[in-house]
Amino acid sequence: MTGFETLRLDGVTRRFGGADALAGLDLEIRRGEFIALLGPSGCGKSTALNCLAGLLPLSGGSIWRDGTRLDTLPPERRGFGMVFQNYALFPHMSVRKNVSFGLRMRGLPRAEIRRRTDDAIRLVHLEEHAGKLPGQLSGGQQQRVAIARAVVVEPSLVLMDEPLSNLDAKLRLEMRTEIRRLHQNLGLTTVYVTHDQEEALSMADRLVVLRAGRVQQIGSPEEVHTRPANRHVADFLGFRNLLPGALLADGEININDLGVRTKGTPVGPISDGDAIVAAIRPEDVLVRSGGVEVTVEVAAYHGREIAAEARTADGLHLHLRTSQRLAPGDKVSVVLPPDRLLVFPA
Amino acid sequence: MSGLASESVSASTPAVRHRLAERGIDPQLFLLVPATVFVVALFIYPFCYGIAVSLQPAQGGALAAYRAFFTDAYQRDTITTTLAIALPAALFNVFAAVPIAYRMRGRFRGKRLLTTVLVVPITLGTVLTAEGLLNFLGPTGWFNRILLSTHLVDQPVTLTHNYWGVCLSLVITGFPFAFLLVLSYLSGIDPTLERAAATLGAGWAQRFFRITLPLLAPGLATTFCLTFVLAFSVFPSAILVGDPTGGTRVISIAAYEAAYVRYDYAAASATAIVMGAVELVVISIVLGLRSLFYTGSTAGGKG
Ligand SMILES: Nc1ncnc2c1ncn2[C@@H]1O[C@H](COP(=O)(O)OP(=O)(O)O)[C@@H](O)[C@H]1O
Ligand SMILES: [Mg+2]
Repeated sequence: MTGFETLRLDGVTRRFGGADALAGLDLEIRRGEFIALLGPSGCGKSTALNCLAGLLPLSGGSIWRDGTRLDTLPPERRGFGMVFQNYALFPHMSVRKNVSFGLRMRGLPRAEIRRRTDDAIRLVHLEEHAGKLPGQLSGGQQQRVAIARAVVVEPSLVLMDEPLSNLDAKLRLEMRTEIRRLHQNLGLTTVYVTHDQEEALSMADRLVVLRAGRVQQIGSPEEVHTRPANRHVADFLGFRNLLPGALLADGEININDLGVRTKGTPVGPISDGDAIVAAIRPEDVLVRSGGVEVTVEVAAYHGREIAAEARTADGLHLHLRTSQRLAPGDKVSVVLPPDRLLVFPA
Repeated sequence: MSGLASESVSASTPAVRHRLAERGIDPQLFLLVPATVFVVALFIYPFCYGIAVSLQPAQGGALAAYRAFFTDAYQRDTITTTLAIALPAALFNVFAAVPIAYRMRGRFRGKRLLTTVLVVPITLGTVLTAEGLLNFLGPTGWFNRILLSTHLVDQPVTLTHNYWGVCLSLVITGFPFAFLLVLSYLSGIDPTLERAAATLGAGWAQRFFRITLPLLAPGLATTFCLTFVLAFSVFPSAILVGDPTGGTRVISIAAYEAAYVRYDYAAASATAIVMGAVELVVISIVLGLRSLFYTGSTAGGKG
C-alpha cells in the first residue's frame, strides 16, 4: 500500500467478445501526477480504469508498480482507491461507516480508524452529516462521501470514473477545484476519467486522449489544446470547423468551397498534392476586413459573444465566435489565421 | 351548444378530481373494488365463519373446542410436530438458495438452462414428488440399492414414511420458490457495491458478509416467511411419504380428522384457527427481526 515512483501500463488490452474495447495502452504514471483519460462515450475509458483497478482482467499486456507486476493481483490487494460514476456508496451504512470501511478492512487499531475517519469527513466538509445514510444526502454530498471513502486509506493511486457527470453545472465547477485541491494537499496520484474536455484541460497535468480503444495523444493540456495530434483529437477538442481540401506547393492550401487560397500549420506527415483536413476553432476565426466574404445564417447569444454559423458564396459552412453583434443575413469578412489553422492528413 | 356542454364537462372533471384529491381520495382506487369484494367473499367471510363455528361447539362453553385441543396432548403436539418439520425445511430452503443464487447472480452462458433445471420441481406438484421419493428412496429404491451394493450400509436406510421423507419432499418443492425469490432479490443489489468494497480492500468473504448479506437480509426474511407458510400447511406429503399417525402427524392432519373422521366441525375450525395463529406468530417474529435491518434502496447512489 506504499507509494510508488512510477506505475507502468504496458500494452494493456481488453477485448469484449472479439472487439477491442482497449487496445495496447502504454502509459507511465509518475508519483503525484494528475492524469486525465479523455475521450467520447464508449472509447474505453472505464475499461482502462477498471483494468487498472483490477475489476476487469486484461486480455493482454501488463501493469507494473515500480518493479512489481500488478495485473495478476485482485483489486483488494492493489491498494488503489476508486470513485465510481454512481458513487457506489453502501446504502445500509452511515457516512461514517462508509468512510471507515477501507480502514476497517485493513484491521487498523480502533483509535486510528476513528481519527482518520474524522479527518477525512472534515476534509470534505460533511461533519454534520456523518451519521446519515447515503440515501439522505444530496448528489454532491454523496460525491464527497465517495471521495472521502477512497482517499481515507491513503491509496497509492486514486481512480475516478466521471465522478462529476451526475452533478449540476454549478456544483460540477465547485467540485473540480475541490478535487484538484485534495489532489495537491494530500499529495495523491490520480487517474481521472472524463468525456468533458474542459474538465480534463483544467484539472490534469497530463491528458491521454482515447478514441475507439486506442490512444490518440498523450500530452500536457496546452499541447493537446493547441496541437492536437490528429483530426479526431482536434474534432473532440473543439475544432468545430473541419474543412476538407488539398495541400498545394509552398505550404499553401486550398480549402474546398472557401473561394481563396490560404496558409496553415501542417501537423503530421503531408506532402504536396495530398488531401487534407484543415481545422480551426470557432473562436480563432477572425471577423475582419480583407478576408473571405460570408453570410451569417444562424446567430446564437452567448453572453459576451455571439456564436454564429456562416456560409461562403460557394456554400462552405463556417462556425465562428465573435464579440460583434451579428444577425442572420449579415455579410461579413472573415480571416483564418495561418498559425491557428491546423492542417491534418485527410 | 354541444361544444359549450363538453367544455363545461371537461372543465369540471379536473376540478372534482382535485377536490377529491384534497381530501385524500383517489377515484382510481375504486378500480380495486372487485378485488376487494373477491377477497372479502373468499377469504374474510370464510375466516370469520370459521371463527364463529369454532366458538360454537356441541358441548361446553364458547372456548371448549380450543380447550379440548390444548388439553389433549395428541392434538396439541401436532403444533410442535409441524414446526419441527416446517421450520428446518424453510430455513434449509432459504440458506441453500443463497450460495447457489449468489454464484448465479452475474451473466454467464447457460444461466437460463440452469435456472430452468433448478425451478422445474415447482411444476411437479406434491403427489408426483412423493411418488418419486417413494420409488427412489424407498427400501428397494435405487438409492438404497446402491448403498447396499457398495456395502456402505447393511440395512436399507429409511428415508420414506418418516420425518425425513416429508422434509425431503418440502425441500424439493420449496427450494425452487426460495431460489427464484433470492435470485431476484440479489439481482436488485447494485454489483458496483461489491466492486467498490473490493477496491477498498475487502476480500470475497468480507464483501459477502458486510455488503451483500445485509442488503439481502430483508429479502431472505420475506423468502423465509413464504416458504415457511408453504411448508407449514403440508398435508399430502405428510400422508404420502410421512408417518401420518406418528412422527409426521401435522396440524393439518389433525384438522382433517376432526372434520371428516369425527365430523366435529367446531374442533376442526378451532384447529385451523390455531394453525393460522401459529403461522402468524412465526411470521410476526421474522418480520420484526427484518425491520432491524436496512430495508431501503439497494442501489449505490444516483444512477
Ligand atoms: N461488459 C461489457 N461487455 C461487452 N462490451 C463492453 C462491456 N463493457 C464495455 N464494453 C464495450 O467496450 C467499449 C468501451 O466501453 P467503456 O470503457 O465503458 O467506454 P467509456 O469510455 O464510455 O467509459 C464500448 O464499446 C462498450 O460497448
Ligand atoms: Mg464510462
